[in-house]
Amino acid sequence: MALSYLRSSSSRSANLLRPLSSAASLRRPISTDTTPITIETSVPFTSHQCEAPSRSVETNPSELLTFFRDMALMRRMEIAADSLYKAKLIRGFCHLYDGQEAVAVGMEAAITKKDCIITAYRDHCTFVGRGGTLLEVFAELMGRQAGCSKGKGGSMHFYKKDSNFYGGHGIVGAQVPLGCGLAFAQKYSKDESVTFALYGDGAANQGQLFEALNISALWDLPAILVCENNHYGMGTAEWRAAKSPAYYKRGDYVPGLKVDGMDALAVKQACKFAKEHALKNGPIILEMDTYRYHGHSMSDPGSTYRTRDEISGVRQERDPIERVRKLILSHDLATEKELKDIEKEVRKEVDDAIAQAKESPMPEPSELFSNVYAKGLGAESFGADRKELRATLA
Amino acid sequence: MALRNIIGKRIGNGIGLVGRRSLSTATCDVENRNSKSMNLYSAINQALHLALETDPRAFVFGEDVSFGGVFRCTTGLADRFGKARVFNTPLCEQGIVGFGIGLAAMGNRAIAEIQFADYIYPAFDQIVNEAAKFRYRSGNQFNCGGLTIRAPYGAVGHGGHYHSQSPEAFFCHVPGIKVVIPRSPRQAKGLLLSCIRDPNPVVFFEPKWLYRLAVEEVPEHDYMLPLSEAEVIRQGSDITLVGWGAQLTIMEQACIEAEKDGISCELIDLKTLMPWDKETVEASVRKTGRVLISHEAPVTGGFGAEISASIVERCFLRLEAPVARVCGLDTPFPLVFEPFYMPSKNKVLDAIKATVDY
Repeated sequence: MALSYLRSSSSRSANLLRPLSSAASLRRPISTDTTPITIETSVPFTSHQCEAPSRSVETNPSELLTFFRDMALMRRMEIAADSLYKAKLIRGFCHLYDGQEAVAVGMEAAITKKDCIITAYRDHCTFVGRGGTLLEVFAELMGRQAGCSKGKGGSMHFYKKDSNFYGGHGIVGAQVPLGCGLAFAQKYSKDESVTFALYGDGAANQGQLFEALNISALWDLPAILVCENNHYGMGTAEWRAAKSPAYYKRGDYVPGLKVDGMDALAVKQACKFAKEHALKNGPIILEMDTYRYHGHSMSDPGSTYRTRDEISGVRQERDPIERVRKLILSHDLATEKELKDIEKEVRKEVDDAIAQAKESPMPEPSELFSNVYAKGLGAESFGADRKELRATLA
Repeated sequence: MALRNIIGKRIGNGIGLVGRRSLSTATCDVENRNSKSMNLYSAINQALHLALETDPRAFVFGEDVSFGGVFRCTTGLADRFGKARVFNTPLCEQGIVGFGIGLAAMGNRAIAEIQFADYIYPAFDQIVNEAAKFRYRSGNQFNCGGLTIRAPYGAVGHGGHYHSQSPEAFFCHVPGIKVVIPRSPRQAKGLLLSCIRDPNPVVFFEPKWLYRLAVEEVPEHDYMLPLSEAEVIRQGSDITLVGWGAQLTIMEQACIEAEKDGISCELIDLKTLMPWDKETVEASVRKTGRVLISHEAPVTGGFGAEISASIVERCFLRLEAPVARVCGLDTPFPLVFEPFYMPSKNKVLDAIKATVDY
């Protein structure tokens, strides 16, 4: 019977998952049951200049449990980052993604690692979705050598070349034309891959976005612009910054789709649809209606421009993890205890990764000069009187 | 001395924050009537209040300025002057500056805020190609002199690549705009009011590290400090040090240490970088024969290079040693390596000694 099968496989895979975070792969499902299930999205899609995909999404128990585990991991990771920041182990800027996990997870379910993703600075979970390990995340946040960017990037600059994750960008909106450039290259390579360029509702008002849209549409690039609309650009509500907060319509001649970003299945369906569309017809905009529980960054309490009732309301009614939990329980795919066990496991993984990351050393001082240019360009640095302490930089 | 009393925490030497110093040998003539102890963001806030009060056609706008701004420089303005004069813009620097130029071209005082100097680059085209050349290319028919762009700049300890930059050198290379950088609250208020009322477009960089840390007695009345006049804030005879903004605190520390070794340092605050006060610096170099320039921005192509070249042109035969520049390194502003990157007190002190012993 389904449940007993699940129980035994979960305990087996639980043992395999015990070794430290570096071995933990997010893509390993607890259950390998792939019997198709059809589930309806929370709300139908709203479309602009195109026909909306169906509300019925095909999934299976394995996928749902993976969604649950991945989102729980991301949630736990972000909360741990919050504590580390308050303990001053993470310094600088830290923009947390909790509440928005469904976007990262749903997108991954619809695409491959050959497709490119590029996003702004709220990138920890997107990085993990692309296969990044917890160790790389925490080490980078704390500025250590084991970090994905060797400790030189910090929270806003996570990258993963082997899975085509182009980061991690600090300047608002600057990543979108870049993403369209990636799509241009993909079109040349003819390998049926697409680029997802993510940005926020604040960035949607940047001029460079419209330049990128025009070029993508003109040249039929396989670019998918994804607006992660969490309704607040730092402290400014969308209706106070945008004449038209219907971001999916902003493309005008570029089709768009509005998606419930708190529903991982809806996100998956939309991304699948968008990928097919982009490969045939050029750019498309996806607006993910989502929400962040934390403030803009760790310096923002997040409660001066929105009420606590609003935040807790969203948490109660639209939380992505709770949604998947209810689906799993109502379809009898796992018991409550099993789900709680997954959460405990995930907590331990995160703690282990933090402990390991803390042991990683800071980058060597010589790293200050490395990689300013490509190697061997011989840039020099002088000491005070231009005679002593001369160093040839990378 | 002045700056040391002002800034306590940054140096960590436990000195009390409020200075009760007498007037320095400065050329500024601000009377000390009715002053109040306040920090940099409060001084700037006062200046903005006065600017809006005295000119009904003055506007303040930028990202998040309405509630007071991310550094609280615009607190109370929206409540006092209304949403028609103090308002938020969407997230679009190019739009903000372009809009400001247009507003100024119609004779208004447009005080635009760019949230961090690191974000000013989308607006670079507007500043360089529009604001700086408007009066020139229209044969003086039009101008956008009423435009003042304010931006927090400089290192803050944990800012990383995009919250720490010092882009002043880019703007100093553009004839047609002015670049002004205050070193303390009292200076900031007077300089900002001068910038706003100056009939040329001005870019005003505020040292963000000093927003809370610098505390000083600031006169409460409306006063202006002259632009393009450098100030000798410490008299000396062995070497001239030139700097601006937050870096002056570091340089002053180095001067004090150097004095213990018998080196008498003259410290000059440039205040206005463009157009800069060549006469004051030249007079000082003629006295001392040595000059050292220090700034946070990377050394290559930084504004120190311009000062160095100009001084050499004017004072070549008087110079006893090469012009020293103690600046940021030629790398992007780093994250964890910030302490290595910064032109610290010891680097400045080393350079002072090397120059004096040349």
